[in-house]
Amino acid sequence: MTPLISARELRVTFDVPQPGALPWSKPRQLHAVGGVSFDLMPGETLGVVGESGSGKSTLARALIGLVPATGRAVWQDGTDLIGLSPRKMLKYRSEIQMVFQDPLASLDPRMTVGQIIAEPLVTHRKGLSRAEVKTRVKDMMDRVGLLPNQINRYPHEFSGGQCQRIGIARALIVEPRLVICDEPVSALDVSIQAQVINLMGDLQRDLGLALIFIAHDLSVVKHISDRVLVMYLGRVMELAEAQALYAEPRHPYTQALLSAVPIPDPGRERAKRMIPLGGELPSPMNPPSGCVFRTRCPRAQAVCASERPALEGGAHLTACHFPGALTPQELAAAG
Amino acid sequence: MIETQKMQSLAARLSQPEVKGRSPWADARRRFRRNRAAMVSLAVLILVGLFAIFGNQIAAWPNDEMDFSVMGQAAQLGAPSWTNGHYFGTDDLGRDLFSRTVQGTQVSLMVGLIGAGIAVIVGTLYGATAGYVGGRTDAVMMRAVDVLMSIPYMFVLILLLVIFGRSMSMLFLGIGLISWLDMSRIVRGQTLSLKHREFIEAARAAGVPAWRIVLRHIVPNLLGVVAVYATLLVPLMILSESFISFLGLGVQEPLTSWGALISEGAGTMNYGTLWQLMFPLFFFCITLFAFFFVGDGLRDALDPKDR
Ligand SMILES: Nc1ncnc2c1ncn2[C@@H]1O[C@H](COP(=O)(O)OP(=O)(O)OP(=O)(O)O)[C@@H](O)[C@H]1O
Ligand code: SF4
Ligand SMILES: [Mg+2]
Repeated sequence: MTPLISARELRVTFDVPQPGALPWSKPRQLHAVGGVSFDLMPGETLGVVGESGSGKSTLARALIGLVPATGRAVWQDGTDLIGLSPRKMLKYRSEIQMVFQDPLASLDPRMTVGQIIAEPLVTHRKGLSRAEVKTRVKDMMDRVGLLPNQINRYPHEFSGGQCQRIGIARALIVEPRLVICDEPVSALDVSIQAQVINLMGDLQRDLGLALIFIAHDLSVVKHISDRVLVMYLGRVMELAEAQALYAEPRHPYTQALLSAVPIPDPGRERAKRMIPLGGELPSPMNPPSGCVFRTRCPRAQAVCASERPALEGGAHLTACHFPGALTPQELAAAG
Repeated sequence: MIETQKMQSLAARLSQPEVKGRSPWADARRRFRRNRAAMVSLAVLILVGLFAIFGNQIAAWPNDEMDFSVMGQAAQLGAPSWTNGHYFGTDDLGRDLFSRTVQGTQVSLMVGLIGAGIAVIVGTLYGATAGYVGGRTDAVMMRAVDVLMSIPYMFVLILLLVIFGRSMSMLFLGIGLISWLDMSRIVRGQTLSLKHREFIEAARAAGVPAWRIVLRHIVPNLLGVVAVYATLLVPLMILSESFISFLGLGVQEPLTSWGALISEGAGTMNYGTLWQLMFPLFFFCITLFAFFFVGDGLRDALDPKDR
């Protein structure tokens, strides 16, 4: 089966002007995404996890063409989406939709819910009559659990969870094949998070969508993801089946992240040990040489500073010179 | 069985009467109505507007006819009176001050509204385009504004009026040329901050073309600021015109404006014809104050976080 989208060495670099610099001096470069590769099958869910600032949103925005990127992102039909002209990209814009992080901020406060949800439809299906648009919008509202008779209300009249449902309806109205959810629940109450995640899962199954589900917490994507990609400072650290990754994390960074997740399973006592993640996220303007994680890694050796580890390992990919399960010594050290 | 039930309830849900939404504009309207000073000022403005529109119907004298019985003796016979029909008295030439004030109000309001109107349309589109497109286009467009702004416009306007003669169209041209500069700067600043909001990003991700994003998302979200600034701009335009008229360079006789009337009134103040100054000055002042209060009220109503 050909992947729905196949990303190779995706890179996004921002020019950051130095404060007080002269206009012609060279801006500093910020590598927000530094060579990310993955395949996504139709109907599959890929969880993307990483700390704040690791480049998850930028990766999403690169895939959807909102920021200039280099590398390749090949769609199922063989078209490379990177660097596609806006006119050619338009077709794929209806295939790839996005759900945003801040539910209220992603809705235009001056538009009614109906107008908001209809916008992609009006943009991509120009032949539709007004009545048809309205019917479809109402259908979609019903589908995401909103009352269709609220079509004339404004975003500020809805709760955060409902706003996110509006965002989901807007993403799904053009029947995309891939929906990128950028931390769709991190701004919501915990009680509502589960509802929205379940809704996404249901809709995905019903519509056969592929999902890229971004979160900064491994626990959020656990149940919805088929595979999980762990990102650190713009690079992939580990990419594996969700089951394998949660049961047997091989990368020290994933292990540290997982140890911070409370697991309500008494049989897995060992995972409750906290592995401290010392230090701070280095600046993406000047990332560490070799392995970007080495400044915080408990296993770091000299080779980690000189050579960048490649992402390898068949189905369970790891970018680490010393991958593998936690050793008894490490567990003891974690206490 | 269950399926049909589901379908029926779906149909029922879809056909329920639609609930009306409470738009941000409606909210702002409600807050504005609660603002006493702004509502009173709005009423004052409406009254001044009615005065400008229907004043001529009430006036007993046309504005350009001289009352020969009063002429030359304005100080003795030209005082405001109901009996001879000069409600506001007459000017030195025996012309009815009431109808002159009506005309002055018309001209001054028109100058203010047209100036602000040009500022709103040109300034908003210019500023929003520069801000949204960004980059080099923005830099060039805003430098052009900077250059225009650095010209001492009052000086240029006076020069224009002296060189090309005093005319209404010259006045509008001059005022229109400068009024949009500030507006475009304000709008650009707002656009820059709007541009990175998620809903704009969402529209871009959906493939909405740039011009549509500017017109459908940016401009409506700017209108609050624009409305506030425009109401504050009207009195500024009136002031500019009055200043020019006060210098004797504004609209040309027999046309008149508040500034021209005040200038005349001030010139004859010493002869005991104080009404010639007071009536135009009164209208001038209440209108300016009313505009400022309405502008303030609009700002509070449209931007409740700011208080
Ligand atoms: N437009 C931009 N210009 C310059 N730098 C940017 C821009 N957008 C993002 N960055 C930088 O790129 C890096 C990655 O940001 P990104 O928003 O992708 O992180 P994230 O993983 O989504 O974080 P979060 O969990 O906080 O959303 C950050 O260091 C950020 O400061
Ligand atoms: S490569 Fe070295 S520094 Fe990087 S994660 Fe592996 S052990 Fe740690
Ligand atoms: Mg983000």
